[in-house]
Amino acid sequence: MEFVQSVLRGDRLALSRLLSCVENDVPEGRLALDALFPYTGKAHLIGVTGAPGTGKSSLVNQLALQIRKKEKRVAIVAVDPSSPFTGGAVLGDRVRMRDLAGDSGVFIRSMASRGSLGGLAAATAAVTQVFDAAGFEVILIETVGAGQSEVDIARLAHTTIVVEAPGLGDDIQAIKAGILEIADILVINKADRPGVETTERSLRTMLELAHPVRKVFRHHGQMMELNDGVVPQEGLWIPPVQRTVATDGRGVPELLESIERHVAHLRANGDWMRRERARLQAEFDLLLQEALVSRFLAKIPPSKVEGMLQLIQERRISPREAVYQLLEN
Amino acid sequence: MPERKIRVLVAKPGLDGHDRGAKVVARALRDAGMEVVYTGLRQTPEMIAEAALQEDVDVVGLSILSGAHMALVPRVLELLKANGQEHVRVFVGGIIPDEDVPRLKEMGVTGVYGPGAPTEQIIADIRAALPSVTV
Ligand SMILES: Nc1nc2c(ncn2[C@@H]2O[C@H](COP(=O)(O)OP(=O)(O)OP(=O)(O)O)[C@@H](O)[C@H]2O)c(=O)[nH]1
Ligand SMILES: [Mg+2]
Repeated sequence: MEFVQSVLRGDRLALSRLLSCVENDVPEGRLALDALFPYTGKAHLIGVTGAPGTGKSSLVNQLALQIRKKEKRVAIVAVDPSSPFTGGAVLGDRVRMRDLAGDSGVFIRSMASRGSLGGLAAATAAVTQVFDAAGFEVILIETVGAGQSEVDIARLAHTTIVVEAPGLGDDIQAIKAGILEIADILVINKADRPGVETTERSLRTMLELAHPVRKVFRHHGQMMELNDGVVPQEGLWIPPVQRTVATDGRGVPELLESIERHVAHLRANGDWMRRERARLQAEFDLLLQEALVSRFLAKIPPSKVEGMLQLIQERRISPREAVYQLLEN
Repeated sequence: MPERKIRVLVAKPGLDGHDRGAKVVARALRDAGMEVVYTGLRQTPEMIAEAALQEDVDVVGLSILSGAHMALVPRVLELLKANGQEHVRVFVGGIIPDEDVPRLKEMGVTGVYGPGAPTEQIIADIRAALPSVTV
């Protein structure tokens, strides 16, 4: 595989073409992923999610600038929605990332969601694996920003940042419920705008409901309390709330500190390994299912499956019974 | 399910004002089923070539209203080639005097369009230039 060797050597054109092969799920891409797999597992994956227009791309731009000061190589995967009608897409996140132009330690790749609904594209995880193998130490992933509970990103990333902005009104309340649960760090961007205090207050209230901040426990027969900011013994992570101004970078060094604290926390309590393991197992399970299904279907005539579907539709047999019968003979 | 989409970079080099035309074209290409990477205003040829490389596009569309096309276009073509992307098709839209059109095409530009050009024409020309890519 000349591709793989070139990518490992740092050839940017080869990397870019390989990303396309992986995104398009062609055999060349799959083989390359196999060959690159031993080189993966080193990168820190940071997800950036939040409602449309909250400033995700601008924040990714600032974060990348800040991370580059530490000499780490940064890859950015920015996902935008595909049109459900035409399959086309306008991928506009780069507009906010022009500060990163000309830096060979940065590689930005835009992806269309291509029908996936969870905020990422089906191939986003594979694309991050390629960047990981190619030696990018930090991978920033910007989701579509549908504002719904985007569990996909929480599953893929080590650290998930949820971006909010003041003045989005009351509809934001509905968004928060689902999305707060996936946040490792909450950012109130556009902190230069009026209404930051209100947004921060309501976020903190919601957070307390999701993660009890005050740990009350009994000690020598007395009620004791662990206060806000104290990391309890069992190593609970309480998502910090941080203000940023992504247009000029205010608050971004502090945000990066929180990110680093989160990584240290994940590593110290074993969550890094556990997340990794859960992610790999999910990937393995999915591939196993796909392989078993296609191997099984290859062995029986399509007419038989068709016949079963007919019986199901006529309500003469339940789907579960049909599967059982197919497997048994 | 393998999928292959035409990928297009739409860029606005030079220092002139607005990008309405570029945005109209970007949306039309999206509606034709293409994936369009939009980079915004004031792109240098270096930024355009770098984005084309990172995004592995098939097509670069340049919107130029400033009259600087005879300087900007050859530079973009040169950089694409230096990056190993001579296969990328370049289209130019904007205010281009008639006599410059053949010169741009000689340099390697695939299509040149004035401000009133129908987007259907641009779409058809892109498809014709990339027969191996289906949308
Ligand atoms: N005042 C102010 N404006 C900001 C800030 N951050 C971003 N913006 C502006 O908000 C708008 C949207 O920013 P983006 O970074 O494109 O937001 P996004 O969340 O990536 O948007 P989508 O990808 O479309 O969901 C742009 O006009 C930015 O300039 C900020 O901190 N303060
Ligand atoms: Mg964005």
